[in-house]
Amino acid sequence: MTTTHPGDRAVVLAGITKRFPGVVANRDVRLTVRRGEVHALCGENGAGKSTLMKILYGMQQPDEGTIEVNGEQVRFRSPADAIAVGIGMVHQHFMLADNLTVLENVVLGAEHLHGIGGRARRRIAELGRQTGFAIDPDAVVEQLGVADRQRVEILKVLYRGARIVILDEPTAVLVPQEVEELFVSVRAMREQGYTFLFISHKLDEVRSIADSITVIRRGTTVGTADPRTVSNRQLAEMMVGSELPSPETRESTVTDRPVLELRSLTLRSADGQRDLLHDVDLVVRAGEIVGIAGVEGNGQTELVEAVVGMRRISSGQVLLSGRDLTRVGTLARREAGIGYVPEDRHRHGLLLTQPLWANRILGYQTRPPVSRRGGWLDIDGARRDTERIVREFDVRTPGIEVPAAALSGGNQQKLIIGRELSGEPSVLVASHPTRGVDVGAQALIWEQIKDARAAGLAVLLISADLDELIGLSDTIKVMLRGRLVAEADPRTVTPEELGAAMTGAGVHERGGVDDRGADDRGADNRDADNRDADNRDADNRGAEGQGTGDPGTGDPATGAGTDTGNDERGHGSVEGGER
Amino acid sequence: MGTLRGRLLPPVLAIVFSALLCTVTLMVSGANPARGIAAMVTQVGEGSVAVDIVNSAAVYYLAALAVAIGFQMNLFNIGVEGQFRVAAVTAAIVGAAIDLPTGLHAVVIILVAALTGAAYAAIPALLKITRNVHEVISSIMLNAIAAGVIALLIREDMFGELRGSNIGTHEIPESGWVGGIGFGDRGTLFGLVFLVLVIGVGYWVMMNRTRFGFELRASGESPTAAAAGGVNARRMILVAMLMSGAVAGLVSMPELLGRDHTYLITSPAGYGFTGIAIALLGRNHPGGIALGALLWAFLDKSSLALDNVGVPKEIVTIMQGSIVLSVVIAYEVVRRVELRAERRRVGRELGANGDGGAGAVATASTASTASTASNEGGAS
Repeated sequence: MTTTHPGDRAVVLAGITKRFPGVVANRDVRLTVRRGEVHALCGENGAGKSTLMKILYGMQQPDEGTIEVNGEQVRFRSPADAIAVGIGMVHQHFMLADNLTVLENVVLGAEHLHGIGGRARRRIAELGRQTGFAIDPDAVVEQLGVADRQRVEILKVLYRGARIVILDEPTAVLVPQEVEELFVSVRAMREQGYTFLFISHKLDEVRSIADSITVIRRGTTVGTADPRTVSNRQLAEMMVGSELPSPETRESTVTDRPVLELRSLTLRSADGQRDLLHDVDLVVRAGEIVGIAGVEGNGQTELVEAVVGMRRISSGQVLLSGRDLTRVGTLARREAGIGYVPEDRHRHGLLLTQPLWANRILGYQTRPPVSRRGGWLDIDGARRDTERIVREFDVRTPGIEVPAAALSGGNQQKLIIGRELSGEPSVLVASHPTRGVDVGAQALIWEQIKDARAAGLAVLLISADLDELIGLSDTIKVMLRGRLVAEADPRTVTPEELGAAMTGAGVHERGGVDDRGADDRGADNRDADNRDADNRDADNRGAEGQGTGDPGTGDPATGAGTDTGNDERGHGSVEGGER
Repeated sequence: MGTLRGRLLPPVLAIVFSALLCTVTLMVSGANPARGIAAMVTQVGEGSVAVDIVNSAAVYYLAALAVAIGFQMNLFNIGVEGQFRVAAVTAAIVGAAIDLPTGLHAVVIILVAALTGAAYAAIPALLKITRNVHEVISSIMLNAIAAGVIALLIREDMFGELRGSNIGTHEIPESGWVGGIGFGDRGTLFGLVFLVLVIGVGYWVMMNRTRFGFELRASGESPTAAAAGGVNARRMILVAMLMSGAVAGLVSMPELLGRDHTYLITSPAGYGFTGIAIALLGRNHPGGIALGALLWAFLDKSSLALDNVGVPKEIVTIMQGSIVLSVVIAYEVVRRVELRAERRRVGRELGANGDGGAGAVATASTASTASTASNEGGAS
C-alpha cells in the first residue's frame, strides 16, 4: 500500500458520532476509502455498520464529525445530495417495483437523466456491457431471481451516476455460487475505476473481495486490516473483541424416539394452482436437531406455519409423539408441546407495547405458571417467571415492566427463546433463531438450544445461516420449491455444497449431499425467484430456468447421489440444467 | 404506556386545548367566554342538573364500553347505535307482553335487551368472519336498517300504540320497572346506574385478569403475534362483537326501566355515536371512559344555561368535537414521547453498548406503526 495523496481518497469519514435515544450507534468513526478499491466494512450484527452507511448516504445526519468525498468536505441532507456527488447505495432489502420492467425500475425517479425511451435504453445497455450484467431490460422484475434483482439495484445506482457504490450485506440473500458471480462483476467494475464499500460480517467473503478492511465494533472503528495477510481468526477477534462462539454441537444425543412426524404434508396455494409444500415427510427424534436448508421462499415459512398450525394443510398428517395434531389449532398444538420461535419476532413473537411479563403469557395463556384454571391469568406467576427468564437467559433489561419494544433485538430474541423453552416443549420449531442478533446473544441462544437438545428436546431448525445450520444440526434436509429434495450430513458437507443443493443446480455425492427426489420438474433448474414464488406459474419455470451455467455446478459425471432409498420418486439427474 | 402521566396528560391537554379553542371562537363571535363558562358551572347546582348529568353519563358509559370492547381488538363497532335501538324496542315489547314478579321481570327485560343487542351485532360479525365484509360498512348499513325495523315494530298493527301524536310500544307494567334513588327536587338517580358500575368493574377485570381479555388485547395489538400465540382470530372477532352488542343492548335500559317505561318513536338516538367519541376520549380504559362520560354529560346538560347568558349553546358541540380530535392527537404524541423516554431509560440503565444501535431504530419504527391504533386502554 503506497501512501495516498489526498486526491486518491474517495471517501474520508472523520470523527463521526451518531446518537440515538439510549444508544450511541456510532462513536468517533474513522474511515478512509481509496479511489478504485473495494473497501470492506466488517462488524457483527448491530455493530453500527448500517447506521454508518446511512450517514454516508445522507439518510441520517451525524451528530459530530465530517465527511469528505473526493477531497471535498460535504454535508448531506438527503440521499439526493449523496447521489449528486456520485455515491450510490444498494440496500440489503431490495427496493424495486415488482410489476415494472427492469428498464422502468432503473429509470423510475431518474427520468431527467436520459429520458424514458431510447436514450435510457442505450445507457442501460452500455452499463450492462461495462458491468457484465446480462439482463433483459424488458423483463418484469417479478420474474427475476434474487441475484438478478440485485443486479437491477446496482444498475439503478450506476444509472444515477454513482462512482462510489455502497453494498449493504449484498451476499446475505445469495447462495455461494451467486456470491462468486457478484464478485466477478465487482472486480470487473473496480478495474473501470468504481469504488466499492462492501459491508459484511462474512469473513471469507470479505477476504476474497476486499482490497482493504475496516473493522467496526460496538459503534466505533477498531482498526484496519490487510485482507492478504489477516486470518479469519484475527478478523473475528477484532470484530467481537474476544473469541468467536461456535455453533458446533459436540456429541450426538439423537435417540430413536420420534417426536415430530410429518407425513406427506401438502399445502396448496390459495388459488389452488400450485403446491407450496409437496409431500413432505420428515421425522424429528428426541434429542435431534433437524436443519432445513433452502433459499428463502422455497416453502420453509409454510412448513413452519403448517407445523404450528397457523396454516391449514391440504393433506397429510402432523404427529407429535404419536398423537395426531392435524386437525387441531395452534393453541392446542402449543399445549401439546410445540415451542415456536418465529422468524419475524416483531410480527409473530411479541406484543411490542406490552410489558415483558405480558409477553411471557403470549402462547401460554392457558397454562401455569401464567394462567390459572377457569380462564384466569396468574399475573404474579407471569411476573415471577419472567424474572426467571430474564435471569437465566441473560435478557438485558432494567426490569420486566418495560415494553418489549424498548429492548434490543438480541434481548427480545432471548426473551422469546426463554419463553418457548419454558413450557417444557417436546419439540422446538425454531425459525432463524439468531437472525439479526448480536454475537453475545447468538452464543447464548446456541448454548440454550444445545442444552435443551441434550435434555431430549427435538428441534426443527430453519436457518439461512449455513454455518449455523451445519454447526447445530444432526441432520440437514434441503428444501426446494416446497419439497425436501436432498439430505446432507452436517459432519461432512460444506456451505458451498449445501448452497448448490439449495439451488438444485448440482447435487454431488462427495459432499455427502444425497439427492433424493429431484423430480421431473427439475431441481436442476434454478428457481427464478426466491421471494415470491407464489406469483408464478410453476409450469413456466423450466423455460425460465437460469443459472444453469453456475460455475460451481460441477461435472455432470459425478452422477446421481447415493439415493437414500426411501423415496420411490427416483432421483433426478444432476446435470446443470441440460433440459 | 405504564405511567399515570402518560394516561392523564393527553385528555387534560385535549380539554385545555379545546377550551381555549372555544374561548377564541366565542370571542370572535362577540360573546363573553367567561360568562359562558361561569353559567355552565353554576348550572350544575341548579334543579336536577347534577343528577341528570350522572344519569346521562351512565347511558353514555354503556355505549362507550360497547365501543371500547371492539376497539380493544381494532374492531370498529360503529353499529352500537343500531344495536342499542333495536335492543331497546325489543326489550320494551317483550317487557310489556310478559307478566312476571317484580325484580325478575326487570331481569328478563335486561337479558332480552342484551341478547337482542348481541344478535344484531352478530350480523356484522358473521359477515366479517365468513365473507370478510368490513364491520364498519355492514354495521353502518345495519344502523339504517334498524331505524326501519323500529318503525315497523311500533306500528299500531304490530306492537305499538298511538299516544297523542306520538307512537310507541305498550307500557311496561310496574313489576318491570327499576326504581331509582330520589333526591326530591334534585331529581331521581336511575337504579341501573349501579348495574353500570358493576359492568365497568367487570370490564376491567375481564380485560386485565382473564385469558379472554388478554387474547382480546393481544389480537388488537398484533393479530399476527396473537395467531402465533394460539389465539383464534375469527373466534375473537365473533365473541368481541357479541359482547360489544350485548353491552350496547343495555344502553337504553336505565332510561327505559327507570323513567320512560315505553319505547317511543321519539326516544333519544345518537348514543352509539357519542359512545365512540367517549371511548376515544377515555382510551378504552374503564376509568377514563367514566370521566369522559361525565364530562360529556356535563357539557350536554349545562349547555342549556348558555342561551340565558347570550352564548349560543352550539359552542358545546364545537368543544366536544375539538376534544375528540385533539385527544387522539395528544395520545399519539404522548405515546411516542414516552416510548422514546422509555427506550432512553433502558439504554441508560444498561449503558450504551453498541448492540442496540440499528436495532433500536428498527424497533422504533415498527412499534409506532404497530400500535397507532387505540389498544392499550385496558392495560394494567
